[in-house]
Amino acid sequence: MSRQLQLPLTDAQVTSLRAGDELELSGVVLTGRDQACARIFTLLQNRQPLPVELKDRLIYFVGPSPARPGEAIGSAGPTTSGRMNRFLPAMFDAGLRGVIGKGYLSQQAKDALVQHRGIYLGAIGGTGALLAQCITEVRIVAFEELLSEAVRLMQLERFPVVVLHDCHGGDLYADATTKGSDR
Amino acid sequence: MKTISFNQIREAIASMCQKANFELSQDVRDALAGGARAETKPLAKNTLLRILQNADVAAAKRVPMCQDTGLVVVFADVGQDVHVQGGLLGDAVNEGVRKGYREGFLRASVSPDPIVRGNTGDNTPAVLHVRLVLGDGLRLSLLAKGGGCENMSAFRMLTPADGVDAVTDFVVETAVLAGPNACPPIIVGVGIGGSFELSAVLAKRALLRRIGDVSPLPHVAELEQRIAQRINASGIGPQGYGGQTTALSVQIEAAPCHIASLPVSVNIECHAHRHQEALL
Repeated sequence: MSRQLQLPLTDAQVTSLRAGDELELSGVVLTGRDQACARIFTLLQNRQPLPVELKDRLIYFVGPSPARPGEAIGSAGPTTSGRMNRFLPAMFDAGLRGVIGKGYLSQQAKDALVQHRGIYLGAIGGTGALLAQCITEVRIVAFEELLSEAVRLMQLERFPVVVLHDCHGGDLYADATTKGSDR
Repeated sequence: MKTISFNQIREAIASMCQKANFELSQDVRDALAGGARAETKPLAKNTLLRILQNADVAAAKRVPMCQDTGLVVVFADVGQDVHVQGGLLGDAVNEGVRKGYREGFLRASVSPDPIVRGNTGDNTPAVLHVRLVLGDGLRLSLLAKGGGCENMSAFRMLTPADGVDAVTDFVVETAVLAGPNACPPIIVGVGIGGSFELSAVLAKRALLRRIGDVSPLPHVAELEQRIAQRINASGIGPQGYGGQTTALSVQIEAAPCHIASLPVSVNIECHAHRHQEALL
């Protein structure tokens, strides 16, 4: 049974989460991927203002397909998070609460997550049609010229995720191959 | 001599691009359903069931099953008695991709320059492999290949002395390293032999086979099964959440090679295996 959570997540909520927990998220997340995160990283390094606030937000690593007329969005599943590894420590420093994506994070990114009491949530890769049904509203807020890679605000409605890395160092991926996950 | 028009090719490609992205093929569905029946862990089972549910939604709503609608790779087997009229075969393929992706609301996922990056905006150009064959037909096989799994692919130049055990270890190692990044359950395309570049093309071509169609060479079919068993014993499971369904299939194409060489390429494909075929 999935636990229902409203965004933004509080400190207490994040601390209570454990790798393997199944959740349904409702509320607003930020989106971005390779090119947008690279730009955000550069702005942070140069101490320039960001076009969007990262504080207490989750970023969903997604490059959605175009919406058909009348739809909020096309297909919108997660992309591989590891490509954004090098940007994550700076983004957590800037107040980011967590990430929705899929795949391994580097040790450095995991350390930053634990240090900032962050959370890494997994959506099922390759189920963008299904996940799009849990996205009710989408608005581009930065880098529109990047097309699918533009930064968007997405309103989620009972969006299903699994906790991949919790803020205590718990790691669902490692559990799967070392001790055999019982979930 | 048979004449096939530029427009016929364009329309066939446009239609295949959409069908591939909206409709998960029956062989993949069957393999996923088999995995779901076999999994005992609820998270693994439910993940596979959600993937199947996603396929239903995608087909019903004509929404791509995955937002990464892929780089288009086309294998064209051109009969020597075919004349393509009205333009270049490669241009017809790209026109088809442009039309299929625009009209199907499919994502543009191609950078015009690997260093400068950016986006061509219409998912062109496609990658095209042309082979001359006997007859007067034009067979087009199309893959819309996602980036996440493609990124986990690998090549290694082994030696004859390394032998089949080293081939096995390398393929298993590649699939295990790919882990959750490649969106398991995966399909593993393997090219053994040929040359440096041919092994990679063979690995991709191996993905065109239907799941369940084993290699016609008994020793290769046996190797496919052995490698699949080892990958599935890794525990990675659906999406890396843990389970026994990590690879739906291992598909090997072998080719003659130099007496000094044993090239091996591994092309990883995700469960959202988008492939189509047309014969003109």
